[in-house]
Amino acid sequence: TKTQNFCRNEYNLTGLCNRSSCPLANSQYATVREEKGRCYLYMKTIERAAFPRRLWERVLLSKNYEKALEEIDENLIYWPRFIRHKCKQRFTKITQYLIRIRKLTLKRQRKLVPLRRKIERRENRREEKALIAAQLDNAIEKELLERLKQDTYGDIYNFPIHAFDKALQQQEAESESESEAEREEEDDDDEGKREFVEAEDSELSDFEDMDKLETSSEEEQEEEEEVEKESSQSKSKGKRPLKGPARRKRPYIEIEYEEETEPGTKTKAA
Amino acid sequence: RVLFPPTFSVSEIKNKQRRHFMFLRWKQQQRKEKLALKKKRRKEREALGDKAPPKAVPKTIENQRVYDETTVDPNDEEVAFDEATDEFAPYFNRQTVPKILITTSDRPRGRTVRFCEQLATVIPNSHVYYRRGLALKRIIPQCIARDFTDLIVINEDRKIPNGLVLSHLPDGPTAHFRMSSVRLRKEIKRKGKEPTEHVPEVILNNFTTRLGHSIGRMFAALFPHDPQFIGRQVATFHNQRDYIFFRFHRYIFKSEKKVGIQELGPRFTLKLRSLQKGTFDSKFGEYEWIHKRREMDTSRRKFHL
Repeated sequence: TKTQNFCRNEYNLTGLCNRSSCPLANSQYATVREEKGRCYLYMKTIERAAFPRRLWERVLLSKNYEKALEEIDENLIYWPRFIRHKCKQRFTKITQYLIRIRKLTLKRQRKLVPLRRKIERRENRREEKALIAAQLDNAIEKELLERLKQDTYGDIYNFPIHAFDKALQQQEAESESESEAEREEEDDDDEGKREFVEAEDSELSDFEDMDKLETSSEEEQEEEEEVEKESSQSKSKGKRPLKGPARRKRPYIEIEYEEETEPGTKTKAA
Repeated sequence: RVLFPPTFSVSEIKNKQRRHFMFLRWKQQQRKEKLALKKKRRKEREALGDKAPPKAVPKTIENQRVYDETTVDPNDEEVAFDEATDEFAPYFNRQTVPKILITTSDRPRGRTVRFCEQLATVIPNSHVYYRRGLALKRIIPQCIARDFTDLIVINEDRKIPNGLVLSHLPDGPTAHFRMSSVRLRKEIKRKGKEPTEHVPEVILNNFTTRLGHSIGRMFAALFPHDPQFIGRQVATFHNQRDYIFFRFHRYIFKSEKKVGIQELGPRFTLKLRSLQKGTFDSKFGEYEWIHKRREMDTSRRKFHL
């Protein structure tokens, strides 16, 4: 295709640099230009060629599209066909783009905010350092352990070591700890309410040496277990006068006793 | 005149190679001296035994932080009263259940789309809707009508998500964050299986000032109140030096004192840019806090969250 140059003159009608569309080369010329949303028809005639100040005559065109076209026609009557046609084409294009501008301003417009390189770099570097200072894994683990200690998880995770440590430290009545329940067993024996049942299947099988101790009342096996309880208790009574650390191991020992007796109880029950 | 003994400074050597060599040698010397000093100090400590002075705590930025006057005291009544009456009160009184709408800016690219999906799996009771050129101002009343409590808009630039607008819907505050270092699930190493449908727990770390407190409550309001401990999932928002790191883990208690965590789910970091009082309104909104670079970034030890 043949390449064409653009004309840099602001009064040019088509925008291309041709002999027929150069405002300097033609002594009778017309253009349509718009200013602040209003369209004007500019005309240049040969009579005013000597007066550069008055050279371009300007006519305001009406806002109505058809009326404006008629105005162009009556102003450029007897002018060459080419100029008239091109003026009307240019006017059409201008009105179209004005309409589009008005429509776009109503819609939401994207505001471009430029990135500042130095600031971006600084923020990235600070973020890396903050990440290292944060030590996220440790912080999360600490927080989870804290929550475990504060019993937010309730009964899901049972760690007897923890419970017995508490017993050691506090040495006071803890209603839910197993040690106290065992001490009171003498009274409860007659009622047979509190019993120690070893749960054989622990849901959390990943945990090492997790003996899940549950205090549950089973009224069916009262009598049989009472007997076993008394026997285990007598052995435990024998060991009670021992010192603290031995006492601490006492619950473990009793667990073993219960293990031995339990299969017995189960067979009896069955 | 020449000083006696003559000293040669490293920087006066014109030859680059030789200068570089001398500089390396000088550096090695410095390191040796430092090591010797450390050893000596350690010997002195051991020699003194019990009478040794306590170890000096190294200065960190967190230690040297400029004291912010808006730091929340846990026993502050005014703060407690404010929190009982602000926009999150219905959530914290368990009157509302969070329902979240996640959307993006126009024409989201692949990464953003995938990130939105993953975010939707992480946050329970959330829905992703794509925005085809809809104005935010018009979708907000629709959301309120459909009973959504929160709106998240992820802004995208050059095919990666880089901004997050979080707004609490029934006329709640709107926070605008700059999002960086977004990692999708497949980019995380040693990740676990997909996050399940259980409600995760929430950990909010280090939100100390009033502003930090309100932002923390905003994040907490995204998740339902009662976490399902069976799921063993935890979402963490950790604030460090004004950067909020989000992580999603699955934990397991191996024993009393040990817990193992496994990262699943996307991760990203946020930096607060502005906090508006009402819902999202760029022109007429009343800003509670804007990050003004000239005023607020003057000191390296001053943080706002």
